[in-house]
Amino acid sequence: MARVVVLGGGVAGHTAATFAADWLGKEHEVVVVTPNAKWNWIPSNIWVGVGEMTKEEVTFDLDPVYQKAGITYKQAKALTLNPEGNASSDKPFVTIEYTGQGKVGKTEEVSYDYLINATGPKLNFAATPGLGDANGLGEFTVSVCTADHAVHASHELHKCIDKMKKGERQKFLIGTGHGMCTCQGAAFEYIFNIEHELRKAGVRDMADLQWISNESFLGDFGIGGLHMKRGGYAASSRLFAESLYSERGVKWLIGAHVNKVEKGKVSYELLDGSMGEQEFDFAMLIPPFAGVGLKAFDKAGEDITATVFAPNGFMKVDANYAAGAYENWKASDWPKTYQNPTYKNLFAAGIAFAPPHPISKPMSSPNGTQIFPTPPRTGMPSGIIGKAVAHSVCDLIKKGSGAHLHHASMAEMGAACVASAGKGLFDGSAAALTVYPVVPDFEKYPGIGRDLDYTFGEIGLAGHWIKHILHHMFIYKAKLNPGWTLIPE
Amino acid sequence: MKEIEKYVKPYDASFTTMVPTSFVKFFRTCKIWQFIRFIIINIKMLIVVRKSH
Repeated sequence: MARVVVLGGGVAGHTAATFAADWLGKEHEVVVVTPNAKWNWIPSNIWVGVGEMTKEEVTFDLDPVYQKAGITYKQAKALTLNPEGNASSDKPFVTIEYTGQGKVGKTEEVSYDYLINATGPKLNFAATPGLGDANGLGEFTVSVCTADHAVHASHELHKCIDKMKKGERQKFLIGTGHGMCTCQGAAFEYIFNIEHELRKAGVRDMADLQWISNESFLGDFGIGGLHMKRGGYAASSRLFAESLYSERGVKWLIGAHVNKVEKGKVSYELLDGSMGEQEFDFAMLIPPFAGVGLKAFDKAGEDITATVFAPNGFMKVDANYAAGAYENWKASDWPKTYQNPTYKNLFAAGIAFAPPHPISKPMSSPNGTQIFPTPPRTGMPSGIIGKAVAHSVCDLIKKGSGAHLHHASMAEMGAACVASAGKGLFDGSAAALTVYPVVPDFEKYPGIGRDLDYTFGEIGLAGHWIKHILHHMFIYKAKLNPGWTLIPE
Repeated sequence: MKEIEKYVKPYDASFTTMVPTSFVKFFRTCKIWQFIRFIIINIKMLIVVRKSH
């Protein structure tokens, strides 16, 4: 009997664990270690953040789902990793600390045959003074990164709406809270949801909406932008994004590294080296992501964290980390199997794997401050990678160490993204985008790096309906309801 | 077009991008047209999903 331990219960971890349990059956054990008691469909946090959905509509209890799947669930966080075991045993193990299940603070060593690291990110609010600290979100801004953050954001938003109804003008600042952030798409969706809510409340004229981000051009989205067919042209996402911002009266400030947040004010540095300030009454700034800080030790107890993890805390996998400058980057730098090169029974999935380099071109100000988006690994790619890794691990268990490992390179997969504003069936609007592949392959698709037949985007009600369907479909799937394996990631 | 007049200002950043006309905005909310687009977008997305697995 083999034991597969999955660290993390988000999109990648939940997908990996549930498929592994389904494919392995009762002959083997799947253990999920996650500090959360609830699963969260994070894309819909945007709707929670404007009060269109409740926390309960985007979360559900993990325990009954894992019981149904025959998965051992430990509500705990991983602290250390011993891939060689220790002085008394050769069996690799992970040390965890419980955060629930009546064992808060207790530690335990969980041995494994295969480990899938899908911890997701640490929300590194502490990277920007005033944005927050090591304990989380600060007092001056809001966030939609978790369901609880989104509930808080909604309360603050409605306070502003009340002020506007009383005639007090409000300024909204939405975007990224540091020069090295990812997830611009979430902030993009949030600012247009706020705009929609303000219109609905009849106070749009009382609001100034300001976008601030680390993108070097609007529409970069952390993937270096994209091109799509539009009116007989291959049009850049820059045109698409600038058009939407202009249409909705949202001003934009790009190439910005927010270096300080104070009450009602952010300070920033731009790519040209100039410094500036933006005042706000309401600010939602995405924090940068980092690894969760797992430490690794060898059999003798020596610290081997630098062997297993990259300096940013994400796990090293089969990527080319020596690609060097942007001019040398290739699609083949991106990992295919997500297997750790040193310890072959270690895999990573979703945000937890260390990317070889960004997707957007790195840029820095004359002062040496790096200002560019880091690569997104969320949503559809996360799920696909989680499933591929689970497939590889199951084959290694069932067919032996020579089994073929499954591939899921972000340079060979596409992603669908729907940013929808509003919640009603007919009063919403969405920007529906697909990009193929996620990581541009300039050798295969010279010039624009992507396949124009499968990279497209448009705005309208249709995308809005798709967003609704995706919300219900993925929660249905994550609850392991009948037919869940037939729903694609 | 009134919103364009309201938000787009000469020589502002918004002045150098394309903005939708009322014709485009009508079709974005036209239920019959959007139902057709719904079918087409779903098919396109399914192809991308299939190519990605």
